[in-house]
Amino acid sequence: MGLGSWALTDTPFVIAGRTFTSRLIVGTGKYSSHAVMAQAHEASGADMVTVAVRRVNISDRSKESLLDYIDTNRMFILPNTAGCYTADEAIRTARLGREAGLSNWVKLEVIGDERTLFPDNEALIEATKVLVKDGFIVLPYTNDDPIACRKLEDAGAAAVMPLGAPIGSGLGIQNVNNIRIIREFARVPLIVDAGVGTASDAALAMELGADGVLMNTAIAGAEKPVAMAQAMKHAVIAGRLAYLAGRIPKKMYASASSPVEGLVGR
Amino acid sequence: MVITLNGERYELDEPISVAGLLAKLEIDPRRVAIEHNLTIIKRQTYPEVVIGEGDRLEIVNFVGGG
Repeated sequence: MGLGSWALTDTPFVIAGRTFTSRLIVGTGKYSSHAVMAQAHEASGADMVTVAVRRVNISDRSKESLLDYIDTNRMFILPNTAGCYTADEAIRTARLGREAGLSNWVKLEVIGDERTLFPDNEALIEATKVLVKDGFIVLPYTNDDPIACRKLEDAGAAAVMPLGAPIGSGLGIQNVNNIRIIREFARVPLIVDAGVGTASDAALAMELGADGVLMNTAIAGAEKPVAMAQAMKHAVIAGRLAYLAGRIPKKMYASASSPVEGLVGR
Repeated sequence: MVITLNGERYELDEPISVAGLLAKLEIDPRRVAIEHNLTIIKRQTYPEVVIGEGDRLEIVNFVGGG
């Protein structure tokens, strides 16, 4: 009997009927160059990347296209509505993203505050309803609030994506218990989006039962982005396996690992 | 003739199709999405849609983001 017999078989990571091989979703922003980004993407093993929708620079056409550095045969492109502060802006941006891209998927963001970039949940739910009706597969970036997640699910969201901490903060998961409760409530995939700083944060998200983790700055902003991308790949796999394996309960005191009988000299 | 292109004033000699404008700006039509007077226009209609005086055009593409 090989070791394989004890290995856990995981269920595939499926969102709205589409299967992904990696549970890590990565961004395309803040990299020092497109070339570094492409290498980091490769190292991450991710097969879904987020992109933003912005006006084409009319006066300076010299800039190379982001899409030249993304292997769209391997990578699924998820346009976001980052920077939108109203439901209308987000809906408009989502529709433009659909037209520019190849799919009807959107990472929906409706921001409520400039300093924290916390979501405006009311507007987010409203925009989700409109876009779902319009045929979109909506993946909303939301607060780590179980009730908001439930409302988004009821509005037709294909996944819920609570933040671990503010976008780009690298603070790690601030409200572990809320993520755990959201896991308990959610009937759609749960993706922890934003706030990851290092590998252990991503592992923790997965250990709590998240189906996936989405990050940008933690990789793009690391001193060595390609190495960090590799670390995140392993962290997500490790965290997922630990979740499936079932961790031991926490105890207040020690419990010896070696036998207490047969000690020499007793 | 003056239009508003991506929020800025832009001058054109004469009415031009969306496809014609993209060619003039050296923009690959496969990589963008376009709003013409707040309505998204389908890529296959770029050769037919004509931009006239005072029109508002938004040309967007994908950039890095999280």
